[in-house]
Order: sequence, then structure tokens, then C-alpha cells
Amino acid sequence: MITYIIRRLLAAFVLLFIVSAAVFAIFYLVPRLVGATPETLATRYVGRAATPETVSLIAHKLGFYDPFWVQYARWVKGIFLGAEFDYGNGTDHCPAPCFGYSFITRQPVWPDLLDRLPVTLSLAVGAATLWVFFGVSTGVLSALRRGSFLDRAAMGVSLAGVSLPIFFTGLIGLLVFSYGLGLTASGGSYTPFTEDPGEWAYNLLLPWVVLAFQFSAQYARLTRAGMLETLGEDYVRTARAKGLPESAVNVRHGLRAALTPLLTIFGLDFGLLLGGAVLTEQVFSLPGLGKYAVDAITNNDLPKVLGVTMMAALFVVVANLVVDLLYAVVDPRVRIS
Amino acid sequence: MTGEPFLEVKDLKISFPTDDGLVKSVDGLSFRLERGKTLGIVGESGSGKSVTSLGILGLHNKRNADVSGEIWLDGEELVSAGPDTVRALRGNKMAMIFQDPLSAMHPFYTVGHQIIEAYRVHHKVSKKVARKHAVDMLGRVGIPQPDRRVDDYPHQFSGGMRQRAMIAMALVNDPQLLIADEPTTALDVTVQAQILDLMHKLQEEFNSALIVITHDLGVVAELADDVLVMYGGRCIEYASARTIFERPEHPYTWGLLGSMPRIDRPNLDRLVPIPGLPPSLINLPSGCAFHPRCAYEPRTGGLGKSLSPELSPAAEPGHLVRCHMPTSERQRIWREDVKPKLEAQ
Repeated sequence: MITYIIRRLLAAFVLLFIVSAAVFAIFYLVPRLVGATPETLATRYVGRAATPETVSLIAHKLGFYDPFWVQYARWVKGIFLGAEFDYGNGTDHCPAPCFGYSFITRQPVWPDLLDRLPVTLSLAVGAATLWVFFGVSTGVLSALRRGSFLDRAAMGVSLAGVSLPIFFTGLIGLLVFSYGLGLTASGGSYTPFTEDPGEWAYNLLLPWVVLAFQFSAQYARLTRAGMLETLGEDYVRTARAKGLPESAVNVRHGLRAALTPLLTIFGLDFGLLLGGAVLTEQVFSLPGLGKYAVDAITNNDLPKVLGVTMMAALFVVVANLVVDLLYAVVDPRVRIS
Repeated sequence: MTGEPFLEVKDLKISFPTDDGLVKSVDGLSFRLERGKTLGIVGESGSGKSVTSLGILGLHNKRNADVSGEIWLDGEELVSAGPDTVRALRGNKMAMIFQDPLSAMHPFYTVGHQIIEAYRVHHKVSKKVARKHAVDMLGRVGIPQPDRRVDDYPHQFSGGMRQRAMIAMALVNDPQLLIADEPTTALDVTVQAQILDLMHKLQEEFNSALIVITHDLGVVAELADDVLVMYGGRCIEYASARTIFERPEHPYTWGLLGSMPRIDRPNLDRLVPIPGLPPSLINLPSGCAFHPRCAYEPRTGGLGKSLSPELSPAAEPGHLVRCHMPTSERQRIWREDVKPKLEAQ
């Protein structure tokens, strides 16, 4: 068990290293592929009026002439030790962990990320609670009453849920529930949970529902398929042969086994969502990581985009690690081998 | 209960409606069984053996299976009884041992947990008491250090140990009717003998009625008092085990005996397979279901192709055979033709 944990931790660490190098490489290469040179990159940070000499000096000082590995190493070093950025006329300090430094706003990226994270976290946790509850219960009921009206209706609705994009369901939701019925907030505002939990929930309710609708649909289908498979297993028949009541057969024996693969998918989905629910945050103007990424892309602010992408990658890797460790708890066969 | 058998199955029919047609898995099966006795049900895959056993336990889903006929267990009729009545008996008065203990035990729960669960459904006792019972039961089926193995998961057991644990789980509530569906098929040959011995011993101890479902006549020879041979969802021969091995009268039973490996005979490699394939249960052959594979079909004068024979008494009392040929002719064929060939094998 302990070797298993250590192995998973090591694997996660290596993965994190590879992912960060790959992400950094993309941000290093892509501007160069579309014709950017160290000078044009530096131009953005010194203003249009600067002479070519100043530009190349700045590009040099910011390290844009250095090879990829040197730049990457400097970036990683910044995370642990912080970094200094020399503009020629004064130095900017980016304290550790320095996840990048926006040369446009002259602000470190990390505090921004910390600022935005609670919004995305609130959105993800609330939506996940809803979709796990509704998705799994719908899937179980559908599987148990396979072919019934309830099953067909649930699968029909879930087909809509899977296929309709958030920017459609979100806008319809706003139109009906906010502007029409006045039941929910109309978006654009976020109140921290610690300040006013009621207001927090009121502002997030519609985004939760809209986001959860899409995921519930997917989870209902997955749960239904998984349940149908496990209900045909020999051990479910054994449970029934022992004289267990149907509810115990279905939940303790059927659902228990069907949930295990769902755990993997949930870990990935949740980790991905923590990196920013881009569409949902955009539709409801929620100041989370997703919206931060979109704004940074619109402003061509590469260090910000890089920082938020790294953050998202980190969440996916960590979520995967947590799933792997949970697997050992859930499935005893993993624990031993 | 004078004269009333412990278990009596009357005209049991189990069919499954499918898109391709009605699958008649069991078609008019009747038999009876007393406490302390063992019935072997023999047949090829798809002959309806397992469907019958699941039917007795009421394990068919009412939504996709049609069950009719009567099943009397100790004076209680089960086919018409409510699901809760049958559920209360299941795992309690009647229990089942399944074929492959690796897939038949839940991989996520310890062996002890699964036995405790089986005990506590039918007994309102604390977990502690049930656990003591489970450990005790594991010891009785011959698992060493049961107080430690009780907390192991099924995948930590060997195949034979798993089957023992499965038997412990089935026996934990002292069932009076025990159904074993291919109990040794998934096991090594050396372990098979141990498990058969164990089942025999436990049956004597509990004085329970035992139904052994198998395609292995060796298992039948070991355990059964009576044998029911199934073909295409029907009983085609029913007799005491002794009669089945010494004076069988149905050509299909002869075929089964011919395809059984015998260690006490030379030329082990010369098994005689039964030609052809088991029949489709949707479209059974016209007439006798076995006639397309039967070497003696020409002797029935075309009757085999057109008319399904009745299950009728043979020479010995209690011996039933479903065949158009007269008893005397069947006996003659066995004596002069089949038996010498089997012995020469």
C-alpha cells in the first residue's frame, strides 16, 4: 500500500514536470511559429516609441534571446525562489511562487490566480454536488426500469443535456429564470461564501444548475450503462440468491461496483473544471479562472495565459493523483497488487 | 408430512420472450426430492439445467421471464407466492452454490463480510455474533485459520478455497435445500474431489436435499442418488444413479456416457462425441427433439420426425424415458451394441 502511494506520487511529480515543460514549450514556440522574434515580443513591454536599441536591450534583459531550456529553468526557479525583472530603468520583483509576471499590467500572475480560484472552486463544487446527485440517481433509476417511460424520458432529456452547449442553455436559463421569472441572479456578481453564504448561493445558483445539467446528462448515461453491466454480474445474482432485499442488491452490490469507473471520470472532470469553467464563467460573467484566461487571451498577455494554463494542468494532475489513491480505498484488488 | 415429498416440481415451464422468438428453456419439467437425497441434473450447455435451478430459487426477473407450473418446497408453493415470501426462503431454507466463485463473490467486500451479510438477512443478530458464526462456518468447510482468513478478499483466496467460502456462504443459514450449479467446473481436478467430498459430508451432517447441476457424469457418480437427464429443456431420462450408469435406455444418455473420460479404461483418447449441436430452444426440431442427432432414429419408422415422445415408464419402477423405441428394443441395443463398445473404449 505504501509503495503504491509512493509510486503514484512519483508518477504525478514526473507528469507535472513533463506537462509544465510541454506547456511552456507551446508558449515558447507558438509566437515564434507565427513570426515573432525576441524583439517583437519585447516591443510590447516598452511602448511603441522605443528605439530598436532599447527594444533589443530589454529583450536581452528579460531573457528572450536565451534558449528554451534556460527560459524554462528560469521560470521554474521563479516558482520556488521568486524572480526579478530588469527593465533597464528599475527592477520589478515577483515573489515566490512566481507563476509568471504580466509585463502589460506589471503585476505578478499568482495573486490574480489566488483571487480568482475561490470563484471557480465555488462554481465547481456546487455544480459537482448537483450533477453527482442527479446524474447518478437518474442513471440508477433508468437502469432499474430499463425500457420504461421514465427511462426513455430521462435518456431523451440527457441526450439534450449532452448536446446543448452551455452558451445556449446558459442564455436560455438567464432569459427564463433571471429576466423572466426573477428567481435567480442575472450574473456578473460574486459574493464570497465567507461574507454572505446566502448571497453566495443566490449568485451561483443558475450557473450551478446550467453547468450541472450538462454533466448530469453525461453521468446519468454513464451510470445507467455501468449499472446495466454490473446488474448482469454473477455477484449480483449471488447477492439476490442470499435473500437480500432488492434495494440492498441494487445499491450495495450493483451500484457499489458501477461507481468505481465513474470515480475516474469524475476526477478528470472536476480537475479540468477547477482550471476554469470557461464557457460558464463567460456566460455568467463570473470572475473565475476561466474568465481570467479568456481576458488574458484577448489582451495577448502571454504570461497570464501561461500561468492559468499551468494552474489548470496542475489541477488535472492532482485530481488524477487523488483518484488513483482513492481507487486503492475503493477497490481492494488495487491495494494488494 | 406423510407422503408429501420435501421438494416437488410439477410441470415447470420457463421461457424468455426475445426479439427472435420465445426461448423455451424449460418445458414441462417434473421431479421430486426428499431430505438427505441428492438429485443430479445432467445435460449439455443450454439444456435448461441452470435455468431450472434459478427458477426454483425464484431468481428469474418477472419482466423478462415467464415461469409457470408448481414448485412445492416443504408444503409451500413458490411459483405463485409473492416475491417477499420467496425472498425470505432464499438463502435461508434454500440456498445455491454457484459455478465460478471468483465472479460469484463480490470483489469489493471481504469474504467474511459477504457471509455475515447472508446470515444477518435472515437472523436479527449483532455483527459480532454473525461474525463468530461466519468464522465457525469457514472452519467447518475446511479453511485453515478461519479467524484470520475471514477478513480476506475473494481474490486473496485460491480457487478451491474460494469455492469452500462460497459453500460456507450458502450453508450459513442451514438450508434444507441446497442447489449446486456446476460446483467443481472451475476447479483443478485435485481440488474437485475435495470439494465433492466436502459437499457429501456436509449434506449428511445437515440432512439437506441436494440438487447438483452438472455436465460431468463423474460428479453425478460421486454424489447423486437419482439422475435427471435434460435435453432441449425437457427431461429425457430419469432414474436412480445406478440405473443410469448400468442400464440407461435413452440414446442421448448413451452418448453422454460415451463422451465421458474413464480413468479405469484404456484408450483414454477414444472418446465418442455426440454428433451435431444442441438444439435451438426457439425452434426445437419437430417430433423428438433429439432425432437429428440420434443414430437409432430410422428404427422409429418416421415417428421420431413427426411426434414428440412422452416420458414413459421403462422396465424398472421409477425409471422414465422419453423415446419412441420400445423398452425391450432399447435394452437390447444397450446390451448388445452400446455397452460392449463403451467397455472396449
